[in-house]
Amino acid sequence: MGENAAHTVQIRYFAWLREKVGRESEDVELPAGVETVADLVGWLQQRGPQYVEAFARPQVVRAALDKVHVKPTAALGAAREIAFFPPVTGG
Amino acid sequence: MSVRVQREDFDVSAETAKLIADDADIGAIVTFTGRVRGKDDGRQIAALTLEHYPGMTEVEMAAIEAEARSRWPLQASLVVHRVGELKAGDNIVLVIAASVHRQAAFEAAGFLMDYLKTRAPFWKKETTASGDSAWVESRDADEDAAKRWR
Repeated sequence: MGENAAHTVQIRYFAWLREKVGRESEDVELPAGVETVADLVGWLQQRGPQYVEAFARPQVVRAALDKVHVKPTAALGAAREIAFFPPVTGG
Repeated sequence: MSVRVQREDFDVSAETAKLIADDADIGAIVTFTGRVRGKDDGRQIAALTLEHYPGMTEVEMAAIEAEARSRWPLQASLVVHRVGELKAGDNIVLVIAASVHRQAAFEAAGFLMDYLKTRAPFWKKETTASGDSAWVESRDADEDAAKRWR
């Protein structure tokens, strides 16, 4: 994939993040400059009040790239699926 | 040696019997069953809704089980986690660890539960008897419990 090739990803939301954002998933084209999970959160927050609300407390938002837990500093790389969710509460 | 996510209930005796059927070397079996509490922090709980991340859940559960098997000499193991609508008193999760001696079985079962609670992507929403519903918050105590295995 070239440097300028569009990178489309699917973003998925779970639990109260899904409820606050108002959707389970969406496909977005990553703009230039969005390189990490934290960058993506910052970009999403500019898309509307529901995103601002959903990501208002970043310390209780977890992320996964292609179904693997990652930290906010993780590079998005060539990930195709990015998920946001609260700390897990199973068991 | 397997993990499952399912909506339906499980039968602890049947699962145990099936798991150990062909292994006469198993001398110790620890089973843990987690249930929906009728009361939580003083609230009457009528129901729990379990949501998960299909695809990631199974991968995480399998990784947790593989980690347990690398740490303890287990002859057999099983993790079953339910999703969907559950009522107070319903089963949620089953962990079985079987080994030659009891120590490995006890420790592995504890490890499996602690890691499940802090890594596997499940989320609980509780509905109280009065009809209010809220997402259950993660507890520091669960995180602390998982840390003791590091």
